[in-house]
Amino acid sequence: MRIEIEIERSNPAEGQPARFETFRVEVPRHITVLDTLIKLKNEVDGSITFRRSCRSAICGSCAMRINGRSGLACDTLVEDELHRFGHLRVQPLAHMPVMRDLAVDMQPFWNRVEAVNPWVETAPEREPAWPVERETLMDQAAVDEMDDTSKCIMCMACFSACEVSDVDTRFLGPAALAKAYRVVADPRDERKQERLTALNEVGGYWDCTRCNQCVQACPKDVKPMEAIVHLRREAINAGLTNTAGSRHITEFIKIVRSEGRLNEGRMPLKMVLSDPKKLLSVLPLAVDMLRHGKLPSPIHPPIPRVKEVRRIMDKKAK
Amino acid sequence: MTMISHDVVIVGAGLTGMRAAIEMGPGVDVAVISKVHPVRSHSGAAQGGINAALREEDSWESHAYDTVKGSDYLGDQDAIEIMCREAPSDIRQMEHWGVIFSRADDRRIAQRPFGGAGYPRTCYAADRTGHALLHAMYEQVMKRRVKVYTEWFLTSLIVENGECQGVTVLDMASGELVAVRAKAVVFATGGYGRVYLTSSNGLVNTGDGMAVAYRAGAPLMDMEFVQFHPTTLKSNGVLITEGSRGEGGILINAKGERFMSKYAPNAMELASRDVVSRSEQTEINEGRGVDGCVLLDLRHLGRDKILERLPQIRDLAIKFAGTDPIEVPIPVRPGAHYSMGGIKVDVDGATPMPGLFAGGECACVSVHGANRLGGNSLLETIVFGRRAGTAVNRYITGRAMPIPGDHHLAAQRDRIHTLMSRSGGERGNLLRHELGTVMNTDVGVFRDEKGLMEAVAKAREINDRAQSLWVMDKSRVFNTDLTEALEMQNVAELAQTIAAGALARKECRGAHYRNDHPGRDDANWMKHTLARWTPDGPELSYSAVTVTKYQPQERKY
Repeated sequence: MRIEIEIERSNPAEGQPARFETFRVEVPRHITVLDTLIKLKNEVDGSITFRRSCRSAICGSCAMRINGRSGLACDTLVEDELHRFGHLRVQPLAHMPVMRDLAVDMQPFWNRVEAVNPWVETAPEREPAWPVERETLMDQAAVDEMDDTSKCIMCMACFSACEVSDVDTRFLGPAALAKAYRVVADPRDERKQERLTALNEVGGYWDCTRCNQCVQACPKDVKPMEAIVHLRREAINAGLTNTAGSRHITEFIKIVRSEGRLNEGRMPLKMVLSDPKKLLSVLPLAVDMLRHGKLPSPIHPPIPRVKEVRRIMDKKAK
Repeated sequence: MTMISHDVVIVGAGLTGMRAAIEMGPGVDVAVISKVHPVRSHSGAAQGGINAALREEDSWESHAYDTVKGSDYLGDQDAIEIMCREAPSDIRQMEHWGVIFSRADDRRIAQRPFGGAGYPRTCYAADRTGHALLHAMYEQVMKRRVKVYTEWFLTSLIVENGECQGVTVLDMASGELVAVRAKAVVFATGGYGRVYLTSSNGLVNTGDGMAVAYRAGAPLMDMEFVQFHPTTLKSNGVLITEGSRGEGGILINAKGERFMSKYAPNAMELASRDVVSRSEQTEINEGRGVDGCVLLDLRHLGRDKILERLPQIRDLAIKFAGTDPIEVPIPVRPGAHYSMGGIKVDVDGATPMPGLFAGGECACVSVHGANRLGGNSLLETIVFGRRAGTAVNRYITGRAMPIPGDHHLAAQRDRIHTLMSRSGGERGNLLRHELGTVMNTDVGVFRDEKGLMEAVAKAREINDRAQSLWVMDKSRVFNTDLTEALEMQNVAELAQTIAAGALARKECRGAHYRNDHPGRDDANWMKHTLARWTPDGPELSYSAVTVTKYQPQERKY
């Protein structure tokens, strides 16, 4: 089939700003985006620049934005893209400076990964001596708990897709936090509390808005957002409850338990009453809402048969 | 011109390179150089597993025997014994460093059966064992703050008075050439699968270290032994792990016959890879194939087992072959997979050139001989990466930093300037296609004199043409058109050694099968091939195989 592909070209270091260039090329039906780029580079324009190696979605080199969505070029079929969008446009990943064309400077990504100290930490006295006589014993269930996050190939697609990273450069991003959970969930690691505490700060697991873009973008089904949710749960279980995110979750549960549904008038009060500064800052808004009849009443009776809700929650908690 | 110094320079950041770096003693200034980020290295593509006799009822001697037999008696038995004896400790160490191995019911590391092995001794992490090891190794590199120069491309070895004193590299981001002087250099640059047209290897597997070492005078050993993996996808050569047969997958031909019963009645699909690949190719050549392939049938394993043990394989088959192995068999065929040969090294990774060490697929110890067993390549990277590290620590002790001249860098600058200034000529990738086609056809699973003579002549001719390639891209920044041209020169260099070694070796041994010289000939050919660079092509000589306690026997599976 004869297709058109638009490629975002740039070479900032040599003064060439980003522009789209359109190529028309004859390709077989089942070709991937990566093989199309390789064909163009070989036969039409050798200066088209992108990274690639394994062609089988394990090395993570060829992540880019394809029709606006971040993913691997080697496991995206041209045909599917044309069918879905009617055109094919490739761009470099977002949230990192472009080196050239589709190749970005990966340093911002790796800085985030390194910031979570992503290795299993054992106290030096428990490091086994050489020769190592035995392995750590571990249940397959523990392995399974790490299955999703350990599949990560660090392709950076999730970081590119992350909507928080659009507006906040401090956010560690999905891959780094998924890696953090991979270590936190590891029974061999001895720094769990320290890790959870460190990531309880700005840029950590509470800063995710749960937009699910990372889950959509991930070519290996790592589900970074779910790992972030797991980190939050671990943090609360570990007694790290002094954050707005943590309070939100615990108050939410308490309200549903007592009234059988969310009380939208009480919830914000619970959130701001413990923080006078915040209370003052939202007061004008509350007054404004009250004047316009938009402030829900904090007082309403529990739903009928609220006991059944409590029973369901008790059962789930077990 | 830029010159930097490190006590030790390691080229290649896959499993071997990173393992060697970790082994450097305190106070040793080590740098790892790689043309790709460490986690992009091809070690991560290994799927099925890593071998070690971990269980009480298994033994390292049994592992060694299987490996010697698998090597068709070309492996050096002292080296094989070292690898198999040290394997359990290395694997347990990797486990303590964070590798998430699949687990058995007794909570120990799970092990699965693999080809050519007398015991299920292949440890695994589902079907992404290489990935699990590579990422854990990189975690250790981050933890230890090892200096890594990412996307630096190796251009030459700095040799003065026969001694290796560093490397020259191209910093791809800036286009700048850099000389890195060092007391010792370790090559861990992987294999050359891209010499062939269809290969399970990544596009980066162009044997750069082998070619650079060879040009600089280090001999290459046993280059004619190329492993063709029995189960690669037709469309793009992507690997389907041997673990899929280890878990019970069977091979059938167009008539639905389980044809391995004819060729290896005992081991069936788990005979060694050379045997299975030849059997498949015979079925295909004799008209019992399906569209140039045979079929790998996993359906009887059932959905649950496929999803638990072979999830990645299922994804790959769906994506690249359009078949869901839960429902239908996967069409597979033999594809170039692994180079048994490489830079000649001893059991400590030392090459005959002082100051140059090598390990992993780019090296030839030789533990794989004429045919590597599945699960032994990951093992080799870790055992011999560590051992090379130890040996380098010893070598550099008390040694002064060399002071090489400027002319090494100047020569590379001229070479690249010449390539860049050409405004027409042959494109590297079209030439690579031509070379790959010749290698596939004439230096493949089955070989004969006529084809090999053609291949030798053609490889020589292509190597000449590769010296005047046309680099279209004139930018200094991240010029992958230039690095692909340099890679083309490397594969062309190596193709000559593979074809020449194969033409000279008039016998069948392991992966090297000569239609015109049936049978193994221990009297004349139980010896290693050494290839040395000369201006007129490779010069071959031979060296003895080390035998300890395993005398050559007929090899049956």
